[in-house]
Amino acid sequence: MRSEQEFLEYVQGGGQVETRDWMPDEYRAKLVKFIEMHGNSELMGVLPEREWILRAPTLQRKLALTAKVQDEVGHAQLIYRVVEDLGKPRQQCLADLVDGKAKFHNVFHYPTHTWGDVGVIAWLVDAAAIISQKALLKCSYAPYARIMKKICWEESFHILHGRDVILAMVTGTPEQFELVQEALNRWWGPLMQFHGTPIRAEEDPMVSWRIKSQGNEEARQQFLDGYVPQIRELGLAIPDPKLRKNDDGVWEYSEPDWDELKHVVTGHGPRTEERLAFRRRFLDQEKWVREAVLAA
Amino acid sequence: MIWEVFRQDRRGAPFEHAGSVVAPDAEFAEAWAREQYGRRGESVALWLAPRDAVHVVDDWADEFDLKYRRVDGYSIKARLKEARERAGTAGPR
Amino acid sequence: MNERELLGLADDELIIGWRDSEWTGIAPLLEEDVAFSSIAQNEIGHARALYELLSDDADALAFDRSLDEYRCAPLVELKLLDWAHTIARRWLYEVADEIRISALKESLPLAAKIDREETYHRMHAEMWHGRLRNAPRFREAVEELWPYALGLLPAGEQRDALVSRVGLAHVEAVERGTHTDGLPEIWDEMTMVRRSAPAGAQW
Repeated sequence: MRSEQEFLEYVQGGGQVETRDWMPDEYRAKLVKFIEMHGNSELMGVLPEREWILRAPTLQRKLALTAKVQDEVGHAQLIYRVVEDLGKPRQQCLADLVDGKAKFHNVFHYPTHTWGDVGVIAWLVDAAAIISQKALLKCSYAPYARIMKKICWEESFHILHGRDVILAMVTGTPEQFELVQEALNRWWGPLMQFHGTPIRAEEDPMVSWRIKSQGNEEARQQFLDGYVPQIRELGLAIPDPKLRKNDDGVWEYSEPDWDELKHVVTGHGPRTEERLAFRRRFLDQEKWVREAVLAA
Repeated sequence: MIWEVFRQDRRGAPFEHAGSVVAPDAEFAEAWAREQYGRRGESVALWLAPRDAVHVVDDWADEFDLKYRRVDGYSIKARLKEARERAGTAGPR
Repeated sequence: MNERELLGLADDELIIGWRDSEWTGIAPLLEEDVAFSSIAQNEIGHARALYELLSDDADALAFDRSLDEYRCAPLVELKLLDWAHTIARRWLYEVADEIRISALKESLPLAAKIDREETYHRMHAEMWHGRLRNAPRFREAVEELWPYALGLLPAGEQRDALVSRVGLAHVEAVERGTHTDGLPEIWDEMTMVRRSAPAGAQW
């Protein structure tokens, strides 16, 4: 198979692609960019959460949160290996990341303020992510689809943990309940933006190449369907007066701030620079270790 | 060096390719693969092999379409139906 | 080992686990980041098991004491956010820990369990020691932390064993009993969320 048309028909028919197979340059380029962004996101997601490992209020929470963040680093390792086998070395990905040349998901550009954020992130941000990740299980590029299986399995633990953290707080003191509500108020906007602008699946090249099998709006609707009832049943209020499910089963909501999304993912989020600088500091500081270890 | 990791789910199961780790030698590869593929107790054993040691075979000749060697080379439905009818064992469909 | 000494052991594990967990997400290699995080979790797990021997409420014992009630040794309190020092501490800690855990095994079944898990920590520490032993900054880090490492163990037989295994000369130890600047910083951050709610609040 050597023509783009044949390849397109092949993947659209459910065909799977392995590392050594021929693939169109555009497919490879889009794949690398997409997967690299995923790896960057896992790695950057670590930073807001790691502060709270150190502040965890019980031993069990400390262990669970450390394990969660460890999983995320593990995911980054799996993902960058896939990118590397596609031709872009890990160190290049990391260099581009800290130089602000590569993207990562909006949610990881925001600050965390309280233990309430810890619960909301582990429960709802991970829930939003897992919806996209489940859709990637069918990715036409097989090495990526295969690691998604392990990733999805591990993410399911995170959601359990997150929900447990939230439940403990909403059944605790009124102040603890307020911490959760306040965190939800801050995270709702970024959560609604998370799945991206509603590009029609027919117009999304990522879907044509079968890299993604789900449109952005479909993912968002799935999130709302699954989690709005779960949030409301705890007595929490969702800060969008327009949010409702209409008679067709479609969720209506206030238009997310797409300008904010664009602004943030292009490197202008409230914590973007600080976190990239933090990463850069350790990348530079420990360069000697990589040289000492990876030298044969 | 890239090390391919094969893991076994439980005793008796086949070893399946699970991914790869970058490591300078077997000692580091083991330490790292143990955690990446076993920290949740999901593997009972691992095989680690340098990528270079893995000999890849991924092309095949099937010029003469030797179907008899494959399950799809046999279409028994029609003949089975006829045989059953003759023997009077054909039941309601 | 009496209760006070057991508490010291538990606090050592808690605080070194806390320090080690600082590396989650920022270790020099992703593969090592994952492995190192497991070690930190194991240390916290050991602390928890030890606290459970001493109290019905391990979390209260771990987090609700005042600063001067902690019995950890200075070695584990030090803020060492560079890899040479971190691995130097890991290595020294594991060598010392093996000595005291072995001494405990007969009287304390939990010590045997801890020891079995520590096998992997020791393998990990030896692996890194092997790779870095000739790097000047690693050697310097070991020498710098040596007096603190000595202070981890009681003077006498155990300390002598440490001297003979590490191969450095006996020097004046930084003794357990006083705390370094590292601990107030840890305590503050470690207890901030817990202190924000009344005692007994569930998390």
